[in-house]
Amino acid sequence: MAILIDEKKKTVIQGITGREGRARTALMKGYGTDVVAGVTPGRGGEEVEGVPVFDTVAAAIEEVGEVDATAVFVPAPLVKDAALEAFDSGVKLAVLVPDRVPIYDVMEITAAAKANGARFVGPNTLGVLSVDKAVMGMLGGRAESAKKWFRPGPVGVSSRSGGITSSLAYYLNKAGVGQTTIIHVGGDTVVGTRHPDVMLMFEDDPATEAVVMFGEIGGTQEEEVAELIADGRFTKPLVAFVGGKAAKEGTRFSHAGAIVEGKRGTYEGKVRALREAGATVVDEYDRIPDETVRVLREAGIAAGGGQKGR
Amino acid sequence: MARLYEYQGKELLLEAGFAVPRGGVARTPDEARARAKAVDGPVVLKAQVFVTGRAAAGGIRFADTPDEAATVAAEMLGADVKGQAVAELLVEEKLEIASEMYAGVIVDDAAGQPLLIFAGVGGTGIEEIAAANPDKVVRRHIDVNRGLRPYDGVNAAREAGLTGKTLAKVGRALVHLWETARRCEARAAEINPLVVTGAGEVVAADCRITIDDYAVYRHPELGIEVAREFDRPPTELDLIAYNVEKDDYRGTFYFVQLEQGYSRGDGYVGFHGAGGGGSMMSMDAVLAEGFKLANFCDTSGNPPASKVYRAAKIILAQGPIDGYFGSGSGVASQEQFHSARGLVKAFREAWLDIPAVIRLGGNREDLAVEILTGYTQSLPAPVEGYKKDDPAGFCARRLRELVDAWDYAKTHERLPEEPHDADYSFGTITGGTVSYDYGRCGECDTKVCIETCVPGILELDDDGCPRLNIPLEDAAKGKCTECLACEVECYARGDGGGKIHLPIPGLAEYLKARL
Repeated sequence: MAILIDEKKKTVIQGITGREGRARTALMKGYGTDVVAGVTPGRGGEEVEGVPVFDTVAAAIEEVGEVDATAVFVPAPLVKDAALEAFDSGVKLAVLVPDRVPIYDVMEITAAAKANGARFVGPNTLGVLSVDKAVMGMLGGRAESAKKWFRPGPVGVSSRSGGITSSLAYYLNKAGVGQTTIIHVGGDTVVGTRHPDVMLMFEDDPATEAVVMFGEIGGTQEEEVAELIADGRFTKPLVAFVGGKAAKEGTRFSHAGAIVEGKRGTYEGKVRALREAGATVVDEYDRIPDETVRVLREAGIAAGGGQKGR
Repeated sequence: MARLYEYQGKELLLEAGFAVPRGGVARTPDEARARAKAVDGPVVLKAQVFVTGRAAAGGIRFADTPDEAATVAAEMLGADVKGQAVAELLVEEKLEIASEMYAGVIVDDAAGQPLLIFAGVGGTGIEEIAAANPDKVVRRHIDVNRGLRPYDGVNAAREAGLTGKTLAKVGRALVHLWETARRCEARAAEINPLVVTGAGEVVAADCRITIDDYAVYRHPELGIEVAREFDRPPTELDLIAYNVEKDDYRGTFYFVQLEQGYSRGDGYVGFHGAGGGGSMMSMDAVLAEGFKLANFCDTSGNPPASKVYRAAKIILAQGPIDGYFGSGSGVASQEQFHSARGLVKAFREAWLDIPAVIRLGGNREDLAVEILTGYTQSLPAPVEGYKKDDPAGFCARRLRELVDAWDYAKTHERLPEEPHDADYSFGTITGGTVSYDYGRCGECDTKVCIETCVPGILELDDDGCPRLNIPLEDAAKGKCTECLACEVECYARGDGGGKIHLPIPGLAEYLKARL
């Protein structure tokens, strides 16, 4: 099992003929994702990596039947239209990769997803990868790297940083700990799927026995995860790290989401909330793998997979 | 910066139909006098700076006559309010205040919706006032497609306990505030205090609007110079860096100066991260070693070597830093030798005389570290390169050891620049120039430029010298990706015939002024 995606989900790629679209089509197909169609208006009839290209999502569906998910690689100003088009065509999951999508566009996407019973990940996300099953987005960069870096096991990974998502999985593997699904929730302040949403999905996934979460200063995602634990809605062992300990209040770093505003969203507040709820909070990033091994051992969970990464 | 000055915000409110005090901006005492004359009554002069608590810091003063306004303005302009120099004043009518309220539209991250907050109480210390009067504070989410309708505003005012004419006026004002926020794509638009005057008018006495950085491109009317949120006006280097990034969409480059006015030996390092989370984690590691950050910088998202080069040049331009630290998440998807080449070019041009530790973990990391350390051997200071299996904490400790052992008093003579003839040259997408000295190229046995050119756009002519195998215009449009191989690899392994000039507008002037 896994969350959000697996090898059975029929997937389209919007913006398939662009530079990123082409490169990540190779990654997604090469890793095992069932990519059934690509979409670029005006380019219908072409092929990218053996994937037929259509002018619209609706045209793709007419030809290949219902699809489950879309990975969006169009320029930021066009992301809103791409997402709304997918939702209107009945697609229930969208992974929005581009950076710099205006926040009011994201709020309109949020409203449309809600109205259509759909979910989206991102924007500004490297995507989602269910180990040895499928990837949506650009996690791993190339299929061969993705196959080498990510190994199956019992741990779910959720991160607010893209680079860290791969890095965490790699270091966990080195420590002998494999993963179910790894997800980069996105670096922006408003995203479709947040840490608390991911925790609830991992809670329902029988294959996921523990979770590693990379949090950051700013916003309230980590505090909300602490509330889920306190309320008994998330019950699996959680190892958490909060980045940005040293950030000065009011300074915005390169993640739009990582801003400390007043007392809300501070490093201390997040760490305290998570610890009080019973999560294991690691102070040093480099210690995450060892602490995860310890937590798994104490919970009697076999680490599985791992160690095949170089 | 994506924050608007009070007077800019009030202009937007006025356009939306909101009542604001009569007056306007003044940049000289004479302008302040003219503004006061137009108001024809007592005025308030407000320093236009991005700080809170202006009143206590002398940033808000009053004047009864136009001449007094000019005198007060002369004192305020150029003065310092909480560390910011005052360049502009808002001169407007002094309101006769009957009561104060608060109104705001902010983006609620958790809900992914705008949130209207209205409080029937307001003024300085709104957080505490609101907490003490929970029954007077109304919060309601706004459907971004539906918007706020007039009766929604009235209902919000009613829930906060308002009645009569004030209720109706506030209801309308809330709708105008929402319309303003939506039109300029504000992350937050707040009015505190929202004033009821003695005459019963509802007026915005202050205004704080922050624009979504990502939406600034579709709002040229706002005249925002740097689409980023700063808690201060951008520094000269911030602006130089922003202009590098502005027109180059390949990867991202973010730079913010955190400190100025320090000296060598104060423990400041130039920080060069890669990726938001990786940068933050690396920053924590370097701070844990007792260093302080001169700047925050992040080049990521598969940037070209030229972008990393420019970032490094800007970091080094800051002056008396004790060391240079680079590190990202450790397992980058991008091919890391591009970054290595960018750093090598910058370090060589700076004739690096402070220790540098760079963690280049990720795809092609072996090659990246080989380039970084192998090609910087002749520089005075040590440059160490690390990979994904070397933790950031370890790398930060290495920098600590190198800095502690380094003799900063010693001066290092620079190797003289060798003459270089541009016998063949072409332009690049960011205004750079690639040129070859055919005297050297003809003698060169390695032809390393051909082998290492990432886009493969070079070929040898009959004399064994490199030239483009594509039209010049195509190279200038981006086919030349500025991988920097034909300078960096050529210098290290060839005869030094290749040279790349990459302009950074304003940097030379900045450095000259600092000397």
